[in-house]
Amino acid sequence: MNTRIVEIWVGIFIAAGSAALFMLAMKVSNLATYTDDEGYVVTAKFEDASGLKVRSPVAMAGVRLGRVTDIKFDNQSLEAVVTMRIESQYNTLPKDTSASIYTAGLLGEKYVGLEPGGDEASLQNGDRIKLTQSSMVLEKLIGQFVSKFLNEDSSDKK
Amino acid sequence: MLNLLQEMGKRGLGVFERLGRGCILFYNIIMGLHTLIPRFGLVVYQVYSVGVLSLIIIVVSGLFVGMVLGLQGYNTLVDFGAEESLGIVVALALVRELGPVVTALLFAGRAGSALTAEIGLMKATEQLSAMEMMAIDPIRRVMAPRFLAGFIAMPLLAAIFSAVGVIGGYFVAVGLVGVDEGAFWSQMQDAVDLYDDIYNGVIKSVVFGVVVTWIAIFEGSDAIPTSEGVSRATTRTVVHSALAVLGLDFVLTALMFGEI
Repeated sequence: MNTRIVEIWVGIFIAAGSAALFMLAMKVSNLATYTDDEGYVVTAKFEDASGLKVRSPVAMAGVRLGRVTDIKFDNQSLEAVVTMRIESQYNTLPKDTSASIYTAGLLGEKYVGLEPGGDEASLQNGDRIKLTQSSMVLEKLIGQFVSKFLNEDSSDKK
Repeated sequence: MLNLLQEMGKRGLGVFERLGRGCILFYNIIMGLHTLIPRFGLVVYQVYSVGVLSLIIIVVSGLFVGMVLGLQGYNTLVDFGAEESLGIVVALALVRELGPVVTALLFAGRAGSALTAEIGLMKATEQLSAMEMMAIDPIRRVMAPRFLAGFIAMPLLAAIFSAVGVIGGYFVAVGLVGVDEGAFWSQMQDAVDLYDDIYNGVIKSVVFGVVVTWIAIFEGSDAIPTSEGVSRATTRTVVHSALAVLGLDFVLTALMFGEI
């Protein structure tokens, strides 16, 4: 076959393959929302951070402001230290913002929900969020519910 | 009894001999790759014959695999009211597993068997010996361009397979069963990671491309130079490539996603 036609076809093939890779990167994966390198870092201590993972979302009012970048255990206070990176455009969060760990849907993934406080100063890089609420563990809740239920049941019989 | 043992020993030695010849061939091909730089036209022609000519089967199977994944995933997910997760199911299954593996199997059947038959026939008709008589190294002139072409074509084919499959899944999910379009894409983008999923998928397809092309070229050059020998070598290429791809896929998956 004519060399020129062969070369054109190979060019089309390589362009199509690159376009497919590009589509996978931009349209299918999270590259378009990949902003981990910018922003400022805040930490928060939770009594219980079960279910939270690195790269879990951090949201306020239902809008994602950043992601969890690190989860560590603090030997002194015996609590989980969660580090999150907030995008730099959201730099007016009040200093007394509180953080809680919520579940998206009943069995969905865990995320950090922020609630604004009333302070006029705003959170800076390296600040610590002091007001926190731990994640809700389904087993604990069911356990409490069952034990309460059993107690009522046995008190009825007396 | 002794005859049985002798037969077993002979077979075992034969396997190791072939393995050794395969490794020597692989080494010689890699060492011969640099001679292709001034003659890249050879590679372009081979990319045409292993890549472009495989395009139709890859695109069609990718489309249908994606559509079937969409339908089957929907039937299961709708019981849990989680049909919005269909995008995740389709994209992860394609990018991590089916894209590289099915492409490699089709590639072995479409391009690998053709490579073996071509090289085997060159050997049977003594074209390779003729080249050596003219002081042309057949490894550098015939095998290295084909190897490099397989190395280039396979990741591109796998990427095309995955992308077309995602589009096929999209047609079924949004067009046929009525999943919300925004939820389909946004959930997919949320769950598929560029490094963990897409890069690892590309690495897999590169490994499979090297292995399948290597097996095909080796079987061709190692074929018994008769028409029956060539036909056996072609069969062996497809069988061995399929086994190697599936076995390696397990190893690679365990390394990449198994957290061991």
